[in-house]
Amino acid sequence: MRALLKMERPAWLLAAAALVVLVVINGLVQKGFFAPMVLQSNLTTFLPLVLVAIGQTYVILAGDIDLSVGAVAALVNVITVSVMAALGGSAGAIAAGMAAGILVAVACGLLNGLLIAVLRLQPMVTTFGTGIIFSALALWVLPQAGLVVPDAYWSTYGGAILDVPTVLWILLLAGLFVFVLARLPFQSWLKAVGGNRSGAFQSGLPLTGIRIKAFVLSAIFAGLAALCLTGETATGDPLMGQSLGMGSISAVALGGTLLSGGVGGAMGSILGALLLGMIGNVIYFAGLPYEYQTLVQGLIVLAALAGGVVLARR
Amino acid sequence: MSDGLTSDINARPWQTKALTLLRDPLTLALLAIVVMLGIGEALSPGFARGDQIVRLLTVAALLGIAAAGQNLVILSGGAGIDLSVGALISFGAVVAGNVMNGADAAILPAILAAIAVTFLFGCVNGIGVTVIRIPPIVMTLGMMAVVQGGLVVFSQGIPSGNAAPALMNFINKPMLFGLPGILFAWLALSIAMVILLRRTSLGFAIYAIGANEQAARLVGLPVKTVRVLVFGLSGALAGLTGVMVIGYTGNSFISVGDQYMLPTIIAVVIGGTSLAGGSGGYVGTVAGAIALVLLQSLLTTLHLEVWGRQLIFGATLLVLLGMYGRQQAPRV
Repeated sequence: MRALLKMERPAWLLAAAALVVLVVINGLVQKGFFAPMVLQSNLTTFLPLVLVAIGQTYVILAGDIDLSVGAVAALVNVITVSVMAALGGSAGAIAAGMAAGILVAVACGLLNGLLIAVLRLQPMVTTFGTGIIFSALALWVLPQAGLVVPDAYWSTYGGAILDVPTVLWILLLAGLFVFVLARLPFQSWLKAVGGNRSGAFQSGLPLTGIRIKAFVLSAIFAGLAALCLTGETATGDPLMGQSLGMGSISAVALGGTLLSGGVGGAMGSILGALLLGMIGNVIYFAGLPYEYQTLVQGLIVLAALAGGVVLARR
Repeated sequence: MSDGLTSDINARPWQTKALTLLRDPLTLALLAIVVMLGIGEALSPGFARGDQIVRLLTVAALLGIAAAGQNLVILSGGAGIDLSVGALISFGAVVAGNVMNGADAAILPAILAAIAVTFLFGCVNGIGVTVIRIPPIVMTLGMMAVVQGGLVVFSQGIPSGNAAPALMNFINKPMLFGLPGILFAWLALSIAMVILLRRTSLGFAIYAIGANEQAARLVGLPVKTVRVLVFGLSGALAGLTGVMVIGYTGNSFISVGDQYMLPTIIAVVIGGTSLAGGSGGYVGTVAGAIALVLLQSLLTTLHLEVWGRQLIFGATLLVLLGMYGRQQAPRV
């Protein structure tokens, strides 16, 4: 038992504990919280941030940051919706729309990666700049919110596959991806690049390629989040997903990943994103006066972030 | 070089000097300002007219005052950045608006109240960063959410408070030599910032801590105190900006400052201050703020659609960043 405690404690343990506490509180304050329908609708709300936070983790592990994820999500959303509408809304059109969206996301990630890893521009300001460009392109593709998504798309997303809700499938697949990637050498390379960049360079790691891949991963997850948001809202909106950037960074930090890079993992970010969603949920159902909700939510998030930092140091 | 702690020790051939000058962010920002004014005047005659430039400088002053605090935080290093300036600008504006409520006599108390409250918020940022050792980006991000929540409670979500007429005149009407008072206030602040950074022990401490925190601690500099003070100053300057913003717009709403958060960082970076800390200065930031506002104004006069404007803005930002905001290559 002693030895078990002494073992390297995963950084996400704290987030997991906090999440359990919140689930219990949520079960008390929200009637029928554990009803399948309510769980599914909550998960539908939380899922986009969960996905973006996973991608953001890889960028942050490598010592960079990606502020453009929200804009990537908006661009993917309008591209997907436009392609589906242009091709007539058949099953093939849906597949083509999704593929086009993800391809665009890959292109966005490549651009970020090239600017930051090859041209060595400062990550935070660069992704803010590319974010402006991606939003501009989204406005160009679809100047106003509109266009209808084929029925089959949103009903599949809101429904179930093999009696399991689609959103749960997506969460499980994302979790599986995170689990597998954490066991591949790539994640250790990311940590090496973020933890000690010159050391990683001296030991011969291909820094540039690793950082570019992290940005592409982040953009792909932002694209997947956009596909989920599209299924949820069933429409195209060039201003979609603006809170995803800051939200994903909070989720990553809550999940125990160091924002300076090198330490952490995406499993924690999944929990961090769920935690953020649950905090909002509890406060909403706790019956606080409306105007106090944002303040209390802010205080809890700040306290959680501070607590995580303090406990992680022990 | 006008900024930074380096000086020309070696005499170098003039070609090298010219090249160094051309690579200097301040020179580049000034060059960009002149070029943009030229383009604007060529495309839309009257763009570079006196009153237009005054208008532009007024908007730049709002950004520049807030960016002064951001500049101090970034200079002091340790991944220092203040994401709460936008929310604190809003808070300063709402506090000032409620204290003065349209009365000229209450302007001074309003300014003091706004600055005092935001200074305290800033100090809390600093304490979180130094004592609890929360990374600045996380601490100030959390503070941003708390302040925004506090604003909702404070104002019940309704726009409240009015600017006093004298404050609005100070910002929007010519006061001396045809220039509004805010420009003189910005000039005074700029001089104070340059003196603070170049001529006081606090300024040297900020550079020293930003360049090498451990060395600064070893030579006995009060690293934590300086950092708390720097975050406090950033908050206070954001609060002051809030007062100016309510004077500019006439009344305040709870998200009035949000649009300033990332531009303050960009003005600092375009002005040549390294996000790693320890090098740069406020003169560059002034040029950066003017260049940023000028670019936005130029794009507005081009009568492009919103997306075209945004696209050029983003691309210009990246080009500017590419010209001198590049980071060091890893070395063996």
